[in-house]
Amino acid sequence: MRFNLEIWRQFDRESNGHFESFTVDGIDPESSFLEMLDQLNAQLGREKQRMVAFDSDCREGICGTCSLVIDGYPQGPRQVTACQIYMREFTDGATIKVEPYRNSAFPVMRDLITDRSALDRVIQAGGYISTKTGPQPDPNSMPVSPETQKEAFDAAICIGCGACVAACPNGSAMLFTGAKVKHLNLLPQGQPERTTRVIGMVEQMDAEGFGGCTNYGECSRVCPQEISLDVIGMLNREYRKARKDEQPAHRAKMTAQ
Amino acid sequence: MREFWDSTIGKKVFVAVGGTILVAYLILHMAGNLWSLAGPGTVEPHIDEYASWLRNFGEPLVPYEGTLWVVRAILLAALVVHLVGVIQLRARNRKARPPEYPARRIGRSWESRLMMVSGVVILVFLVVHILQFSTLTIDVTPLVEGAIYANLYWAFQEWYVVLFYLAAVFLVGTHLRHAIWSVFQTLGVDSPERNGQIKAGASLLTVVIVAGFAAVPILFFTGALGVPIDNEPTAAVLAGGGGR
Repeated sequence: MRFNLEIWRQFDRESNGHFESFTVDGIDPESSFLEMLDQLNAQLGREKQRMVAFDSDCREGICGTCSLVIDGYPQGPRQVTACQIYMREFTDGATIKVEPYRNSAFPVMRDLITDRSALDRVIQAGGYISTKTGPQPDPNSMPVSPETQKEAFDAAICIGCGACVAACPNGSAMLFTGAKVKHLNLLPQGQPERTTRVIGMVEQMDAEGFGGCTNYGECSRVCPQEISLDVIGMLNREYRKARKDEQPAHRAKMTAQ
Repeated sequence: MREFWDSTIGKKVFVAVGGTILVAYLILHMAGNLWSLAGPGTVEPHIDEYASWLRNFGEPLVPYEGTLWVVRAILLAALVVHLVGVIQLRARNRKARPPEYPARRIGRSWESRLMMVSGVVILVFLVVHILQFSTLTIDVTPLVEGAIYANLYWAFQEWYVVLFYLAAVFLVGTHLRHAIWSVFQTLGVDSPERNGQIKAGASLLTVVIVAGFAAVPILFFTGALGVPIDNEPTAAVLAGGGGR
């Protein structure tokens, strides 16, 4: 198969980027999108040109590192990670536009690679539980009902790829943050930090320069893990409650009239 | 409270609550308008009676027009909070996603895309509407203080007034359809189980509000509502066969 590629080239964070056209030929329909980019890079290498930088790690749809925007769709048009897109899904001779994620909180490092450590810092601000070291705890000491377990797991499957942020016209990370908050706030292990978690994560999310949600729902439509939009509803609810229940550091001494 | 307002989520809650107050008022306003459908009456049009009832409301416990001004103050406060919140959130969103790289549309509804446009147009309409029927400043048609029915009647004989009001009401509808559902999401009181009902309810409420508002200019223009009594000697001539 033969494809025309319009690829974003940008040398580093500071430089300005532009689209560059490439043609790749002899692509196996069964090769993945990333393998097609590998072939392009091999070709560029032979021609002694700078190869196209793109991110990838597991290449089996687990990690979400392959943060490409293909024809305007973050992680490609199939609601899977970009590595799970196969060239047979494109028509022969098609022109394919490949871009990095476009939002201020994920600066472009080179070509198609963005720095998504903002999401890591949101996790650091509350996406954890406190636990004790020592002997293995009794398995039944913290009962979790199957319903709660399933619901928490539906949120926990978020791989943090950032496609939600890239799809959002506001560059909002609320689907990601909502998934993390829902996962931990539903389970008994997450209860001690329930309020501090949501406040910390939302504050960090805002500090990283992510936008706010306007309920377009595009994040959920591109999410490779099919995270449901209700995690944002839960995030809103948890944040509102946390701010209400927040205790002052020291309550004032009370006196009689 | 300060931290709450400064966060994206907190600000959205303020915007949602402000918007909810405005929607609640819209429902009352729409229902009140329907008094005009009772026609010109025999002594005084029902809508005029309703208007003076609103002004006398609570007398002598509260001064004349007292309740009305309290409601107006609440509405103005709700509107200011709604607008300031939206303007600040929008500025933040544009910084988070530079406008030179717009996100591809992946299934977002056209109502939600129109929110900013419909919001601005509704604001302009609101000013024109108050200048026309409250302060009686824009008097392209004869306007008399207190003669609500006659004012409406003469205004809605002009096709451009009718068209302007219908267009505005349609945009209010597009704004509401996204807004009403969004309130539930922003306040976090929705769930996947209730989502279908909330979406259908938002659409239904929108249709009811739009139909209620649109009925008034349409019925006046088509002549279904009669000429006001004791007003303008040219009334019978202008109205043609529309009178009862």
